[in-house]
Amino acid sequence: MKFVHIARNTFRESVRDRVLYNLVVFVLLLVVAAVVIGRIAVGQEAKIIVDAGLSAMTVFGLLIAIFLGLGLVTKEIEKRTLANILSKPVRRAEFILGKYLGLSLTLLVNAVVMAVAITLALLYAQGGADSLQWRLWPTAFLLWLELLIVTAVALLFSCFSSPALSALFTLLVFLIGRWSLDLKLFAETASSPATRWLSRALYHLLPNLANFNFINQTAYGQVVPWQLLVGNTAYAVCYIAAVLAAAVLIFERRDFK
Amino acid sequence: MIPALAIENLTQDYTTGFWRKRSLRALDGLSLRVEAGEVFGFLGPNGAGKTTTFKILMRMQRPTAGTARILGCALDDLAMRARIGYLPEQPYFYDYLTAREFLLYCGVLCDLPKQAAAARTETLLAQVGLTEAAAQPLRKFSKGMLQRVGLAQALINDPEMLFLDEPMSGLDPLGRREVRDLIARLRQQGKTIFFSSHILTDVEAMCDRVAILHRGRLVESGKLSDILKARSNELEAVISGVNETALAALRGFALELQPTPQGARVRLRSDRDLARLVDITQQAAGRVVSLNPVRESLEDLFVREITGQVNDP
Ligand SMILES: Nc1ncnc2c1ncn2[C@@H]1O[C@H](COP(=O)(O)OP(=O)(O)OP(=O)(O)O)[C@@H](O)[C@H]1O
Ligand SMILES: [Mg+2]
Repeated sequence: MKFVHIARNTFRESVRDRVLYNLVVFVLLLVVAAVVIGRIAVGQEAKIIVDAGLSAMTVFGLLIAIFLGLGLVTKEIEKRTLANILSKPVRRAEFILGKYLGLSLTLLVNAVVMAVAITLALLYAQGGADSLQWRLWPTAFLLWLELLIVTAVALLFSCFSSPALSALFTLLVFLIGRWSLDLKLFAETASSPATRWLSRALYHLLPNLANFNFINQTAYGQVVPWQLLVGNTAYAVCYIAAVLAAAVLIFERRDFK
Repeated sequence: MIPALAIENLTQDYTTGFWRKRSLRALDGLSLRVEAGEVFGFLGPNGAGKTTTFKILMRMQRPTAGTARILGCALDDLAMRARIGYLPEQPYFYDYLTAREFLLYCGVLCDLPKQAAAARTETLLAQVGLTEAAAQPLRKFSKGMLQRVGLAQALINDPEMLFLDEPMSGLDPLGRREVRDLIARLRQQGKTIFFSSHILTDVEAMCDRVAILHRGRLVESGKLSDILKARSNELEAVISGVNETALAALRGFALELQPTPQGARVRLRSDRDLARLVDITQQAAGRVVSLNPVRESLEDLFVREITGQVNDP
C-alpha cells in the first residue's frame, strides 16, 4: 500500500507548486464569458457556456496532464530524489503507480471544481435550476477519463524519451486519438497497402478518444447514454493499465547513472 | 557469520560520448567484505568509483558484472531494504516539503506505522539539531542543514546497517564533530557503518578498517594503522621564539626546515638529533611547541600506490 503514500505526496507537490491556481484563471474566464455572452447572445447563453466551459476544461486539463505527467518520473530522476526512494523498501512499480494516482487526484480536484464553476455559471445565466446543470457532469467525467489516458501516455513516453519529444508525442497521440474515426476511415480507404496497414495499426494502438468528447451533444441537450459511460470507463481502465504496465516494464530496466 | 556487506568482483562500465562511443571502467573487479558491527571506511581520490559503488548497492544502476549482497540478501530484497539506511552524496530532497514532513514520508516508506514514524521524526530532528527549522520547507535549507536532514532520514527506520556517501561534506567543524560522535554512538549500539570519505583525520578517528580504491580497483584494505606505514623514525618538531642564528644552526642537521611566523617547523632524521634541537632552542630562549612522529599521509599513500601500480608489469 506504499503507493498511497507516494500518491499523497505527489498530490501535495502539485498543490504546493500552485498547480491548482489554474482554477482561478478558469473561473475568471468563465465569469467574464457568462456576463459577456448574456449581453450578446440572448437565448444561446446556456449552450455557449457549456460548450466553452467544457472545452476550456479540456485544454487546461490537457496542459496539466501533459506537462505534469511528463515530470512525474523525470523530475525525480533529475533532482535525484529517486535515489532516496529506491534505497528504501519500495518497488519501482509501486513508485510509478503512486506517482500516476497522485496526478490523477490533482486532475480530479481540478475537474470537479471546474464543473462546479460551470454549473454555477449556468445557474446564473439560466436564472434557476435546469436539467442541463446536472447533465454536464457525466460529460465532465468522460473528459477526466480522457485526461487520465493522456497522463498515462505522457508518463510512458517520459520513461524513455526526452521531455520535449515526449510532450510532442503525447500531444500527437491526443490529436490522433480524438480523430481516431477519421483514422479508421483512412485505414479502410487508403490506396497503398503499406499506408493501410500502418493506419490500421495506429488505429488499434493509439487510444480511441473520440468517444470521450461529448461536449457538443451536451450543449445541444443530449445526455451521455449510460452504455457509453460504462463502456468508456472500462475502456479507459484497460487502456491505462496496459500503458502503465509498459511504463513499469521500461522503468524496471532503466539505469539512473 | 554472514558479512554485513559482501561485494564480489563488481565491475561498472560507463559509455560516454554520443558519436564516438568510449567506454570508461569506473569499477574494476571490486571485491570486499564488511563484517557486522564494523565501521568501515571506503576511501579513494575523486573519481575512484566510491559513489558508483553506492549507486549500485542502492539499486540506481545495475553493474556490468559482479554481485553484491547486503545483510546476506540480494540487492532487490525489500525486507532487507527496510533494515538499512542510506545518505546520498548530494542530498537533494523534495524542496516543497518541510523537514518534518519529509522525515515522516521517509518513515512510512520504510514500513513504519504512522505514530512510530512521527515519534522517530521528532527524536531525529532533535538529534541532528533541526528542531527549530523543522517546519521550514527544505528549499530554504543550507547545504549543511540538508546534509543533516539526509543523515536523519537515513536513520529513520533505526537501521542495522548504514551507507553514508561522504557524511562530512558540507558540514562545519562542529557538525563534523557531531557526526563523528553520532557514528561512535551508532557503533556502540552495534550498527554496521559503511562510509566513504577522503578526509584522513575523520577516517582515522572512526574506522575499524578501511579499503582504498583507485581508478575502480581495490589497492589496499585492512586496518588504517597497518596501511599507513610510519616513515622510518622521522620526527617533526614545531618550535617558537628562536632567532636566526638558532635557525642556521638547526639547518645544519635538520632534514627540512620551514620558517613559520612564530618560529619554525623542523623535520629530524631520528630522535638522536632531538637533544641537539632542544639545546639550540633553549639557548635561544625558545620553546618546543610540539613533537610528532612523521606518518605517511593519505595523499602519500595514494602516490605510493599509484606509482606502485605503474611499476607493476
Ligand atoms: N553517469 C556517469 N557517466 C559516465 N561516467 C561516470 C558517470 N558517473 C561517474 N562516472 C565516472 O566514473 C568514475 C567514478 O566516479 P564516482 O562518482 O564513482 O567517483 P567517486 O569516488 O565517488 O569520486 P568523488 O570522491 O569525487 O565523489 C569517474 O571517472 C567518473 O567520471
Ligand atoms: Mg563520490
